[in-house]
Amino acid sequence: MDADLKVALVGNPNTGKSTLFNVLTGLNQKIGNFPGVTVDKKTGFCDLPDGRRAEIIDLPGTYSLYPKSRDESIVFSVLADKANPLRPNLVVIILDASNLKRNLLLYTQVADLKLPVIVALNMMDLAKKSGITIDVNAFAQKLGVPVVPISARKIEGIDQLKKAISYANKVALQEDTIDVESLAPQLIAQISKEIEVENPYYALQLAHQHETLKFLSPTQSDRIEELELEFSFHSQKAQATETIARYNFINDLLYDTVKKNETAQEENISNKIDKILTHRVFGFVIFFAILLFIFQSIFAWSAYPMELIGDFFVWTRSSLHHVLPAGPLTSLVVDGVMGGLSGVMVFIPQIAILFGFISILEDTGYMSRVTFMMDRLMRKVGLNGKSVVPLIGGFACAVPSIMSTRTIENWKDRMITIMVTPLVTCSARLPIYTLLIALVVPNRNVWWIFNLQGLVLTCMYLFSLVSAITVAFVMKFLLKARERGYFIMELPVYRMPRWKNVGQDMYNRAKAFVFQAGKVIVAISVILWVLASYGPGDRFKQIEQKYKQPQYTKQLNPDDLHRAIASEKLENSYAGVLGHVIEPVIKPLGFDWKIGIALITSFAAREVFVGTMATIYSVEGDAEKMESVQQKMKTAKDPDGQPVFTVAVAFSLMMFYAFAMQCASTMAVVYRETKNWRWPASQFIYMTGLAYIISFITYHLLR
Amino acid sequence: MRLSQLEVGETGIVKEFTDLEMSVKLMEMGCLPGEQITVSRIAPLGDPIAIHVSGYQLSLRRKEASTIILQ
Repeated sequence: MDADLKVALVGNPNTGKSTLFNVLTGLNQKIGNFPGVTVDKKTGFCDLPDGRRAEIIDLPGTYSLYPKSRDESIVFSVLADKANPLRPNLVVIILDASNLKRNLLLYTQVADLKLPVIVALNMMDLAKKSGITIDVNAFAQKLGVPVVPISARKIEGIDQLKKAISYANKVALQEDTIDVESLAPQLIAQISKEIEVENPYYALQLAHQHETLKFLSPTQSDRIEELELEFSFHSQKAQATETIARYNFINDLLYDTVKKNETAQEENISNKIDKILTHRVFGFVIFFAILLFIFQSIFAWSAYPMELIGDFFVWTRSSLHHVLPAGPLTSLVVDGVMGGLSGVMVFIPQIAILFGFISILEDTGYMSRVTFMMDRLMRKVGLNGKSVVPLIGGFACAVPSIMSTRTIENWKDRMITIMVTPLVTCSARLPIYTLLIALVVPNRNVWWIFNLQGLVLTCMYLFSLVSAITVAFVMKFLLKARERGYFIMELPVYRMPRWKNVGQDMYNRAKAFVFQAGKVIVAISVILWVLASYGPGDRFKQIEQKYKQPQYTKQLNPDDLHRAIASEKLENSYAGVLGHVIEPVIKPLGFDWKIGIALITSFAAREVFVGTMATIYSVEGDAEKMESVQQKMKTAKDPDGQPVFTVAVAFSLMMFYAFAMQCASTMAVVYRETKNWRWPASQFIYMTGLAYIISFITYHLLR
Repeated sequence: MRLSQLEVGETGIVKEFTDLEMSVKLMEMGCLPGEQITVSRIAPLGDPIAIHVSGYQLSLRRKEASTIILQ
């Protein structure tokens, strides 16, 4: 699909930029990645009234062209770099009509870059409600650009905006806002001459941002640095002077074109809501009630669709086994690849549900209040107010929770949240804990009401939260901040969520997960499947030969025979061999080679532990049906005749699963969210290292 | 008098800043010299605070608010 022109949407956060993007492009959009940053690159197509097709690109929301984070720096790079394939022919600047003053700062900066510009004046309805009257004609005349009043939520003025886009000029016609050259006359002149830029504000921006801009060559950047020294240019001071000059221009402009009636109604409603939602008692009560509700929903509402997806894959695989000829290729496709695919798909319900909630929280403006309330508490341990949501979501599943850390603007806070979220007890650990607790903890009551087994399980949950916070606290000192930690944040007016946006968000997140993290998960599952299904040499053949002998076929019934073969095959597979190989390493933790095999096979997903235990002890069972496995494990004896699963071993194993990164999906998602293998790799190393040390201590204390 | 010393409901006018880097960000967000600021609420744990400035609500930590000197 080729576009006739490229249009970029630029605006402050919370101005309805994404809503406008959705309205303009409909479902005709694509989420990709900007190189090097973690904001999604959203592009889409829009048919214009004159029959042309425009490619719309949604740039990250920012308050200024001077970036405060790496994500914001995208805006200037896209607008300024002539070689950037995304560079627009036209910029649509979205201004929140109810909050024009601060919104206009970004407009004046973009306008001075002298790209063709159109202004979309959004939230006109809100402005009217709060008593603001804007003389749109006078406003447009003063700026020298087309101004289209719209209401993106109510889909008003969109046709006019499309018309304005199609009639837009190819050259910039806007009036100058401030006298840019006077900010640094010699420097601007010299940069313009040497780097060959025509626009003075562009030259000034290069002076401010040359250290971080990728499209400048090192020699160009060094030369700018030299010039700055020569003309004693001070970036911060120049920015301050520029901002003050811009606000002077804005104040004059607004004085002539905007009348404000002092009965701000909307503000009052928002204020009343805030009095309750950020109340020192009710605020927290409501917040924790919401968290509990989200957590419960991920658990409860996703259970049924997850089961359906699981059943669907079981059915497809068994049908395929019937249809396709038996052989290694069929086995690879049906058991390896399809198995991995089903492992990817089961996450969709949880991701969709969590993102539905997050979208609502963000859309209504409540998420910023969460940050506002929790900041003091979370900052102490190196986290962000917004980290609470992923941490609590981690009790259900780390995968959607890590994806949700995108709402955290501060890079360091976000990385620490990603690094510690997998420590929280997720639902995949539950079957392991229940199995092991039932094995060694007596089922009786203490202090009349508490069941001892339940108490131990609760402790495991609390312990995981404590360890996540402790690790976060340590990382606060280890990780170097990339940007200065600001908190300065807008508290937007409360609004009703836009349900269509919520739906689109759920769909887009699930899609992004399947296509971006899915590949890695399938690949790892296939590798693990090969390890567990094939063995070195002709060992598998020998096993099959052995069980064909009459003493087995006659004495065992077909099911038992099948299980005996499966068990012996697993022991002789590559995974089994590996289990034996790592036995000396895990011996100090109290684990034998059988547990070693389970540690390897459950690397893709923790709950596989139960199934592997069942196969090894050649009984029927999985995460849902574990009675027989439990029985077998209880009576399991080591070569010296001592029981294998003592209290020390069971607790050591629980501690291992509490800390170890036994989840390929989490690693894939961490990679997707950080765009660098160093993060999932260091996470794997620290978690496994911690798991080893704590299991070791646990085993030796309890022995 | 610094912004961090105001109680809820109290108003002041920005005079100057003590931190240049912070001031650039604050000015971009509409906290300019001569601008009127009202403290609208304080977070339940005492920090950060929320202020009303330039027609909208902004929140910032006490430490950041202490870099704003009022008239």
